[in-house]
This record gives sequence, structure tokens and C-alpha cells, in this order.
Amino acid sequence: MKRLLILGGGTAGTMMVNKLRPVLDEQEWQITLIDEFETHYYQPGFLFIPFGIYNKQDVIKPKRDFYPPGVDVIMSKIDVIEPKKNRVKLADGKIISYDYLIIATGSKVHPAETEGMAGDGWYKNIFDFYTIEGALALRNFLKYWEGGKMVLNIVEMPIKCPVAPLEFVFLADWWFTEQGIRDKVEIEYVTPLPGAFTKPIASKFLGQFLEKKNVHIVSDFGTGRVDSANNKIISFDDKEINYDLLVTIPTNMGSDLIERSDMGDDLNFIPTDPNTLQSKEYENIFVIGDATDLPSSKAGSVAHFEADVLFENFQRAIDGRPLKKAFDGHANCFIESGFGKGILIDFNYDVEPLPGKFPLPGVGPFSLLEETRMNHWGKMTFRWVYWNLLLKGAELPIEAQMTMAGKKRQ
Amino acid sequence: MAEKIIAGKTVQVDEEGFLVNPDDWTEEMAPELAADMGISELTEGHWKVVRFMRKDFAEKGQVPSIRRMKNAGGIPTKDLYDLFPEGPGKKASYVAGLSKPHGCV
Ligand SMILES: Cc1cc2nc3c(=O)[nH]c(=O)nc-3n(C[C@H](O)[C@H](O)[C@H](O)COP(=O)(O)OP(=O)(O)OC[C@H]3O[C@@H](n4cnc5c(N)ncnc54)[C@H](O)[C@@H]3O)c2cc1C
Repeated sequence: MKRLLILGGGTAGTMMVNKLRPVLDEQEWQITLIDEFETHYYQPGFLFIPFGIYNKQDVIKPKRDFYPPGVDVIMSKIDVIEPKKNRVKLADGKIISYDYLIIATGSKVHPAETEGMAGDGWYKNIFDFYTIEGALALRNFLKYWEGGKMVLNIVEMPIKCPVAPLEFVFLADWWFTEQGIRDKVEIEYVTPLPGAFTKPIASKFLGQFLEKKNVHIVSDFGTGRVDSANNKIISFDDKEINYDLLVTIPTNMGSDLIERSDMGDDLNFIPTDPNTLQSKEYENIFVIGDATDLPSSKAGSVAHFEADVLFENFQRAIDGRPLKKAFDGHANCFIESGFGKGILIDFNYDVEPLPGKFPLPGVGPFSLLEETRMNHWGKMTFRWVYWNLLLKGAELPIEAQMTMAGKKRQ
Repeated sequence: MAEKIIAGKTVQVDEEGFLVNPDDWTEEMAPELAADMGISELTEGHWKVVRFMRKDFAEKGQVPSIRRMKNAGGIPTKDLYDLFPEGPGKKASYVAGLSKPHGCV
């Protein structure tokens, strides 16, 4: 009996176990999945919690409901991976060996990486919304806030779902308008990037949206520290920005497990082949989702496209076939833009987001790099798609590889 | 792709002037590249950064991040900003003849 071990049963790990169990002979392959926590969080839903659009119940389900039969599920913290010995050690000291390993341990925010961030102001007037705790605490704050200066700050790149901070300020603009206090709130968007987004055409397009919604952007700001006694963030080159409310996207890092196992880069992301998803160091290890060091977005949609590629490459690996260089960095992100509208972007390693129709060329129903009601509908439907199709590893009507069909070069 | 003469040598550069092939780079090119970035004189501090980046790139095959320069290169981020103001990652990479660090989408 051979063993496939999957570490992390979140978005990517759940997809992989659902795809692979049916195609691996149960007499030949044992599949073991390890995760530390029983609850699956729909992380894209965290965005909506501060504005009372979703509550906690809307974003949680038991992880085990999504694992297929015929899989050994172990709920335990993983202490360390010993790749040279083909085994992992659990927190209680138990050892589990493997023939093949898939690492899907995701990424997390680390406010303590920034001096002064996680101090006295934390969850008083400094919040994140990348965790359930942060999103709920911010909800309680916003419910009673009477206005002032709100600063949205991205500490450093890369972050998961790089459009989420933009969506947050777009929704905030809408929400403060609904509350009748938009004229009492100043919104500032502070980013280490040179503009609203990394890729030039989308950056310009989204930059115009910030302007339209009266959100002031401060670019090239490398957050050095937070002075929470005086409500200021200070850059490495001593520029200061005051805030009344700081909504921060702290440093994102791969799981501590990767650091303990000495398998990652400086942010605990694992060096991974950008096209095959095989670990750069170990032939029998594959990496998927936020845990990789790929220059693609860290997003559920990306993990989904990666899963299609890894599904094929894993079978090729065990059959002794060469791997396909099939992953192209494809990402597809709905951007909620407030007032019941949304924007959609579709891109990969080489081609930046372009305008057009999606997924059916010329037809849609979604419009790329354009603000429409239909795109908002797509965003809200994503939750249903996530729980009912995506996690279960079902086919979606979108190819893993990006297509130029229906797109207009600029 | 454009060609450019730097320190007497013809090299290929991208739209923003970054060297296309890191192996084309020589130490003699650094002052000219620095001048493009508005840095008039390369001090020992600048050289420490450039040399670390070259060495790390040769070993890892990747342009080191600001965080890596701090952790592995012992270069405090604040110093990096003093030496290469406004966008140190990008500017230091340019001077060291490496590609533009991908903002990581
Ligand atoms: C606010 C927000 C908005 C987002 N919006 C979108 C969006 O609109 N669209 C989109 O596509 N994506 C979005 N994302 C991103 C998306 O949620 C993630 O990219 C995706 O969940 C990554 O999946 P993953 O499997 O790599 O990691 P995860 O789903 O985080 O799973 C990692 C798992 O590993 C486990 N684990 C880690 N370390 C250990 C250990 N030592 N021992 C045991 N278990 C361990 C964890 O418990 C966890 O279950 C958003 C994210 C956030 C935070």
C-alpha cells in the first residue's frame, strides 16, 4: 500500500482530496489528510462581515463535510516535515510516512511583523479583516463609528487576494454613504505598490475608481512602524500618515510549519516550479494554493486552476511520466465595487487583465475590466459555487489555462 | 527590446531600462545605472547591497526581496530606504543589473 499525504485541508487540500480519491485505487493508495482545525472558513466572505452583509454563520462549515469517504482524516497540528525521510511529525510526536506529499498549508497574516502594530491599538482602532476575529471586531467598531479618517494600509506584498483591500474601500465608500456619514469620513488607501494594482492597465483602471469614489491613494509607502499612541503609521523613509481608524493588511506569510521544516523562503513560501507545481527541491512533493512562492495571485480561483493541473501531474508522476508544464498563472477575480456593482479581471503570468466578455467570448454574461451589476451578481454567487462546486473538485465552465478569446488588446 | 551602451558595452534592456540578461552586468556599469536612478555616488553602503544581491541571485536564481536583504544580507530596511530612496527594491535591482522585482500579484 502506498500513501499520499495531504497537509492542510482548506481550499486547496479539500479540492485535491476530492479530485484524487476517485481516481486512485483504494487497494493501492491510502490517502491521509491532516489539518489542525475542524472549521472551514470561506475567507472571501470576510470582506463582507465588517459591513454586516455576511455574519459568522455565513462563512463557516465543518471541514469534514467536504472530505470524501475513503480518506483518513487526522485533526492535529503538524509539527514538522522531514522531506529527506519522507515523513512528517505531528504535535503529539506521532510519525506519518508518505510516498508522495501535497502541501496545501496556506498563508496567514502576521501583525506582529510590524513594530507597534499588534500593541495597544490592536482591535481598538487598528483592525485587520483577513481573519474571522478581525472582521468581527471591525464590524463592532464600524457599527458605532461616527466618522473621521480611515486609512487602509497594505504593509508588504505579496498578500492573498490582492484585490480585497480595494474592494474594502469601495464597499466602505458605499456603506458610509448608506449610513449618511460619508461626508464625515475621509478614506485613504496606502500601498507599497506604485499604484492601485500591480499590472499597469488594471492599475490605471482601478485607480480611476478610487478617484471617482473620493478615496485618496498614497503609493510607494513601505510601512516601517505604527505609533499607536499618536495614531500614526510611519514609513521606512519617515513619511507619516495620521489615522483615526486603521484597517491594515498585515504581512502575509506561509505556515510556521514551513519555517520549522526549513523548506521556505523568507516569508515561509515554498519554492515551487511555476508550471508543474512540483517542489523545486523534492521530486515527490507538490505544492498548491497560498503555500507556493509563485508570482501568481494567492486566491481560491488560482488554487482551483492549479488543482486541475496538479490532478493531472500527480497521476503522471505516479505513472512515471514527464510532468506537464501546464500552469500559466491563471487568476480570475471578481472585484466588488460597491452600490451593487462589480468588476471582473482575468489574467496570467504573462498577460495582464484586459477588457472583453467572459467566460463566453462576445457573450459574457460577465464583462472584463468593466463595472456591471452582473459582475456583482457573480461575486455574490461565488460563495455558493465555492461550497457546492469548487471544494468538491467539480468541473467549472472555465479552463485552467487563460484564454485570449473574447479579449481586446489595448 | 532595446539596446543600450553602458560603460562601453552594448547590452539589451527592457522598456524600463532593466538589463535583460543579468550576466551582461559588470561592476563598471553600476555607477551609470545608479545615475539613471538619481543616485550620483555609489558609497560602500550601496556596494554592500549590490554585492549581496548579485551573490544571492547567483545562488538562488531569484532577485532577493527587501525582507531577504534584511534577514540574509543583514541590511536593515531603513538603511535600504536611505540608500535607494522611494522604491529601494526596484532601484537596487536596477543598479545590480537584475530584473524588476515582480510586485507579486
Ligand atoms: C479577506 C479575504 C478575501 C478573499 N477573497 C477572495 C476572492 O474573492 N476570491 C478568491 O478566489 N480568493 C479570495 N481569497 C483568498 C482565498 O481564500 C485563499 O487564497 C485560499 O483559501 C487559499 O487556499 P489554501 O488551501 O492555499 O489555504 P487555506 O484555505 O488557508 O488552507 C490552509 C489549511 O492548512 C492548515 N494548516 C496550516 N498549517 C498547519 C499545521 N501546522 N498543522 C495542521 N494544519 C495546518 C490550516 O488549518 C488550513 O485549514 C480571500 C482571502 C481573504 C483573507
